[in-house]
Amino acid sequence: MSTVITTKSLSEIIGSFSPGQEATESRKQAIQILEAKGLPAGKNEEYRFTPITRAIENVFTWKTENSPAEINSIDQFLIEGLDANVVVFVNGKFSTSLSKIISPANEIKIKSLREAFSSDSELVNSYFNKFVSPETDSFAALNTAFWQDGLFIHVPANTSVEKPLLLLHINDAAQAQVIAHTRLLAIVEARSKLSVIEKFNTLGDQASLHTFSEEIEVKENAALEYCKIQNDGGKAYQVINTNIRQADSSRVDTFTITLSGQIVRNNFTITIAGEKCESHFNGLYMLNSNTLGDNHTVVDHQKPNSFSNEMYKGVLDGNSKGVFNGKIFVRPNAQKTNAFQSNRNIALSPSSTINTKPQLEIWADDVKCSHGCTIGQLDEEAMFYLQSRGIDKTTAQAMMLYAFTAETLNTISNETVKNYVDALISERLHKNF
Amino acid sequence: MSKDNQLLEELTSREYEHGWNVALETDSAPKGLNEDIVRFISERKNEPEWMLEWRLKAFRLWSKMTEPKWPNVTYPAINYQDIIYYSAPKQSAKPKNLEDVDPELIKTFEKLGISLTEQKRLTGVAVDAVIDSVSVATTFKEKLGELGIIFCSFSEAVREHPELIKKYLGSVVPMSDNYFAALNSAVFSDGSFCYIPKGVRCPMELSTYFRINAANTGQFERTLIVAEEGSYVSYLEGCTAPMRDENQLHAAVVEIYAMKDAHVKYSTVQNWYPGDKEGKGGIYNFVTKRALCAGDNSKVSWTQVETGSAITWKYPSCVLKGDNSSGEFYSVAVTNNMQQADTGTKMIHIGKNTKSRIVSKGISAGKSQNSYRGQVHIMKRAEGSRNFSQCDSLLMGDQCGAHTFPYIDVENSTSKVEHEATTSKIGEDQIFYCQQRGIDEESAVALIVNGYAKEVLNQLPMEFAVEAQKLLALTLEGSVG
Repeated sequence: MSTVITTKSLSEIIGSFSPGQEATESRKQAIQILEAKGLPAGKNEEYRFTPITRAIENVFTWKTENSPAEINSIDQFLIEGLDANVVVFVNGKFSTSLSKIISPANEIKIKSLREAFSSDSELVNSYFNKFVSPETDSFAALNTAFWQDGLFIHVPANTSVEKPLLLLHINDAAQAQVIAHTRLLAIVEARSKLSVIEKFNTLGDQASLHTFSEEIEVKENAALEYCKIQNDGGKAYQVINTNIRQADSSRVDTFTITLSGQIVRNNFTITIAGEKCESHFNGLYMLNSNTLGDNHTVVDHQKPNSFSNEMYKGVLDGNSKGVFNGKIFVRPNAQKTNAFQSNRNIALSPSSTINTKPQLEIWADDVKCSHGCTIGQLDEEAMFYLQSRGIDKTTAQAMMLYAFTAETLNTISNETVKNYVDALISERLHKNF
Repeated sequence: MSKDNQLLEELTSREYEHGWNVALETDSAPKGLNEDIVRFISERKNEPEWMLEWRLKAFRLWSKMTEPKWPNVTYPAINYQDIIYYSAPKQSAKPKNLEDVDPELIKTFEKLGISLTEQKRLTGVAVDAVIDSVSVATTFKEKLGELGIIFCSFSEAVREHPELIKKYLGSVVPMSDNYFAALNSAVFSDGSFCYIPKGVRCPMELSTYFRINAANTGQFERTLIVAEEGSYVSYLEGCTAPMRDENQLHAAVVEIYAMKDAHVKYSTVQNWYPGDKEGKGGIYNFVTKRALCAGDNSKVSWTQVETGSAITWKYPSCVLKGDNSSGEFYSVAVTNNMQQADTGTKMIHIGKNTKSRIVSKGISAGKSQNSYRGQVHIMKRAEGSRNFSQCDSLLMGDQCGAHTFPYIDVENSTSKVEHEATTSKIGEDQIFYCQQRGIDEESAVALIVNGYAKEVLNQLPMEFAVEAQKLLALTLEGSVG
């Protein structure tokens, strides 16, 4: 249930975009939903702690086009030493000149989603707008209505894509505000393997708003590794809807790290639509200053005999706010499900806030499900132990926090990526906390 | 599996034990709710003007409110104009002592297993019994009076201790708190009032028994407990109702006000009629219970065993305002057949170094839905606060559901909050182990369930613990998941 903030600003927002040419039916439908529901306001259960609607209403001047960005080099956004296919979106547009595909064409198909609507229409039509529902999230509706560009990925059956895919979202807000609505549609066919790394960066001092809807189908016996790095500018607002659907015996490993931004909202859903699936679902938020990081996750067990393990950890400093909502659904016939969830938080500063709501909804009896949630501080005795060995307090705290956070990295198998994320964590620990 | 089904069948066909009704003559208000009914109730109870004003204010508030829709329960819309808001067993005059009480009433209570006569002295429980809407008898009044303890029906308290009622009524649960609290404030008919003076340790358990007898009647009682500095009281509440086809509404309010160093223990065994196995009839139990730990070092603990009601919807809460105050919540909620329960607690930490502990055990069988919904809110100035929550669910059968909705909001960096929840079924290996040792399947289930709920049952006073264990065994006998 959403509440319209003011009809005027809603129509202003809707009026400021021109719907694109593709998928006109779904766009029309999404606009209708948006008009009926509006953007989520204060009382909305799903956005109770995340006043993003109020914020963007005040911050953004809604206008039709993003100014063209001038980005000549993407070197500063790359992960050093990572040999990967690089896809770049600048201000919501797919940039062919900055992107670089190195995998052979028979291994993976990577192209603009707009282009794929004509070239791969059959595949696109059977998966597009099927997982991310405009009904459940108004920002998803906003995205479905006005997406400017997107990425289409197809991995044929029996293919292990050797090189990972690095997806860079760059918003150039140096001159003017940027509003980008992008999408991703990926299909990993049976017995194939893909690794995706996503990075989000905003340049300049102006505000940016990015809605991103991702739909990923992982077929029978396929494997997906997914890593999201959110180390964005201080005035970046993001709402990311990620929906991954798993077929029989598939495996998914995900990792999401949120380090900065103004308001970062991740709606992350894993639908286990097949039997004997395995899903490892990790996340880490290390926030300071005024950042609000909100992870709303769903693991939806629809079929029997699957396993899911979710672990989200948070460290909060400054005036930051961490929001976590983890839903686990076990549908009536999903017997023999093992689903575990843990959310652990450390509050470092007196003005940080944590709102967490782990949620289990179980309709099957022969299951093992648990969730655990803690909010606390560093162990004083451990701190004392380290300090009594001549380690200064700051270093001791960094060591302890590192030990606390590093566990979440175990879903990243690529060493280069792992080291990169590790370095980000260390940097945050030594400089900012 | 067929044996399981058979056992489940047995379980679901179980009759409600307290499903009799006594032909009592009652004095009732006409159906429906308007200002005149509110005046009627107030007049029948010989209430002073201020009480009527308070009720009318609540009624006006209620008329503007809408029924909340957020709980995880479904039920047909309640027609608030189709309920009798006042029903009293007919008596010529207020009884002076037990001999004057209608023998039919005494019989009713004897059937319930609560004897109002002096036999009770043996067990040392003072009882205030509320039938339909009116408090019919209170035992041990004199003995308690010697200690300065006031334990009487609410209407009596309004007449005899107006200064206390004026001061504390609505101080913990304001009439505007929620839809059902407002409704209760407007039409509450009776209830219990309990006042423990400074430094007094109440020597016996105080107890209220609620029973809905008349058809089409809603029961709206209010309990107010005020514990002065350094006092202690243990309070018990039990409920039953006869079998009826239609749904009956029970919207009660319980307020506990604990001053400095006071300790209040409130235990409930709720066994309202749950409806038949198709979900027809039964009580809608929509109750607001809240305790205010107003003084430093005060402590309130809620213990509840919920086995009845078609729909249970209550969140006994603690507002921990005083520094070092603590709140506890122990709950066993059992749902069977078509029962629905959405229950849990709220722990609001305001004072420094406040502590709370939540242990909730849900058991769902048949086609029932059982939800735990709770909130732990640690405010900014509640430094050094501590919470531990544990909510476990046990599922029996593949058509029931167990849900957990814990909200955890922490606004400072010196508090520790832990929450854990598990969902599982009774293990086949556990049953096998018991059977191997010659314990039959039914007893094994009872044994395991009792073990599962023990942490909560241990919190109950002796007499109640026995009843609660019996109730658990009765409700769940034979249901192997």
